[in-house]
Amino acid sequence: MKQKRKSSGGFRSLLYSQKVAPYVFVAPFVIAFLLFYLYPIISSVIMSFQEVLPGQVRFIGLSNYKNLFRGDFVKAVRNSVIYTVITCAVLVPVPILLAVFLNSKQTVGKNTFRVIFFLPALVSVVVGGFTFRLIFGEMPTALLNSVIGVFGAKPVKWLGGPAPWTTFFALLVLCCWRWTGVNIMYYLSGLQNISEELYDSASIDGAGAWQRFFYITLPLLKPTTTYVLTISIYGGMAMFLESRMLFNGGRYPGGQGLTIVGYLYRLGWEQNRIGLGCAVGLFLLAVTLAVNLVQLRVSGFFERR
Amino acid sequence: MSEKKRSRLTAGTFMIMLVLIVLAVLILLPFYSIVLASLRPGTEIMRQGIGLRIDPSIMSLGNYRYVFTDERYFTWFFNSILITAIQTALTLAVSAFVGYGFAMYEFRFKNLLFICVLFIMMVPLEIIMLPLYQLIVRLKLINSIWGVILPSIASPLPIFFFRQYLSGIPKDFLDAARIDGCNEYSIFFRIIVPLMKPSFAAMGIFVGMNSWNNYLWPLIVLRENRKLTLPVGLGSLLTPYGNNYDLLIAGSVFSIIPIVILFLFFQRSFIAGMTAGGIKE
Repeated sequence: MKQKRKSSGGFRSLLYSQKVAPYVFVAPFVIAFLLFYLYPIISSVIMSFQEVLPGQVRFIGLSNYKNLFRGDFVKAVRNSVIYTVITCAVLVPVPILLAVFLNSKQTVGKNTFRVIFFLPALVSVVVGGFTFRLIFGEMPTALLNSVIGVFGAKPVKWLGGPAPWTTFFALLVLCCWRWTGVNIMYYLSGLQNISEELYDSASIDGAGAWQRFFYITLPLLKPTTTYVLTISIYGGMAMFLESRMLFNGGRYPGGQGLTIVGYLYRLGWEQNRIGLGCAVGLFLLAVTLAVNLVQLRVSGFFERR
Repeated sequence: MSEKKRSRLTAGTFMIMLVLIVLAVLILLPFYSIVLASLRPGTEIMRQGIGLRIDPSIMSLGNYRYVFTDERYFTWFFNSILITAIQTALTLAVSAFVGYGFAMYEFRFKNLLFICVLFIMMVPLEIIMLPLYQLIVRLKLINSIWGVILPSIASPLPIFFFRQYLSGIPKDFLDAARIDGCNEYSIFFRIIVPLMKPSFAAMGIFVGMNSWNNYLWPLIVLRENRKLTLPVGLGSLLTPYGNNYDLLIAGSVFSIIPIVILFLFFQRSFIAGMTAGGIKE
């Protein structure tokens, strides 16, 4: 009896000791990581070598990877890559400029603009996608067609129309609408870290507004740009819901608007080809990680650590 | 000279203001058009898309009748509030606990574990949704709110954020508390947690908003119509026939209102939470 109490006291004091406490603190993360991230990733790797049917599983070696490039996969990858490149090309420079504008002393009503630019980020992708599907509707009375109609243009079938660029345009507008404001906030907080004196002394040395922008603002915003690029690549390559909403639940005419994750979703949930779906997922994971590591390396992220 | 400089400056400012105003109008346009559309009959929207034309003869608040009388909408709204509340509370509690561990202690595998945190920031849910779904089936959490909530309670961004936030607290502070007789956990719960209030506000809004708007994972986990969250429920109304557009469009507008009101009150916390990942040490 006495012995038992002592041992439980020993366990208690061990649990409360400064040596064990850190492990108790991080334990929830370790459990969640193993269960909800590592296990699914490993299970993905295993299933990517299998044909997974309800009730039975067959090892088929590399067949899934050999079959990877059949079907709409190439289309999906191309769409995702084009989308990612364009969003990065727009959603980095435009927010930088707008943040500089909003940070300028002469700008009136800064806070109102900030609130307005940020509003779309509050809207769920269902509501945003649905709204833009109706704005980009093919009927002449839909918003965009009625606007171009004023200039005498004929109504365009924007989503899945004959020219692929109209679909990309719609996706891009939706994406910029949702994320420009968020990226502006990143850059605004980056701008707060740049000391005012730098600009003052540059002005005294005769630097104009553009020179100050290119030689002070841009280089000092580099850490923010690195971060924004990282999340844009991640978000762009994994984009799915926006196009699913624009195309009303996965009917992508001629593969237009089909992204890598859209393809994965179709394989896994609509065609029950889970093994192949896992191979697609791992391909995407590898590409996303590789692109981001290269991007972080080029930007010198690892040297500062 | 100075006269000339001033006039150029105002011309520049004028251009900047013009750009900002035009952009603001473009950004508000979808909001305006969806609110306008919510006042028109669903069949009309299906046929014509949404535009800017104001036609009082067909406009009414009729669609909003469904929001308040349709049982489905009320159920989804309630489910969303429940899931958002539980998920936010659990995520904040767990992430603050874990973030504290990373910020305040030195221990073996710390760096390895923190690399794991950074690594899963770059693993989109979409990639692992197939095996994760099978896991949730095996854990018998399908069609349950716990299946929606549990996989993301140790999410990387809040952990990262709390670690950064707590790194600023000097460690001598902890030693002083230890000398006063606090144990490791009472230091956290009694001393640190009260200090974390502003960071809880920022992260709470971030987590809560993501949870409120979350679509893909609840769509996969929840099966029965009466269990759906608001975005999934609204999404389920998106049929090709457009027969539910009355409820869909009014319900969509109504679902934005609470979050916009919260945003207008807690702007600063919203922005701090949304941009938390960009914080430098």
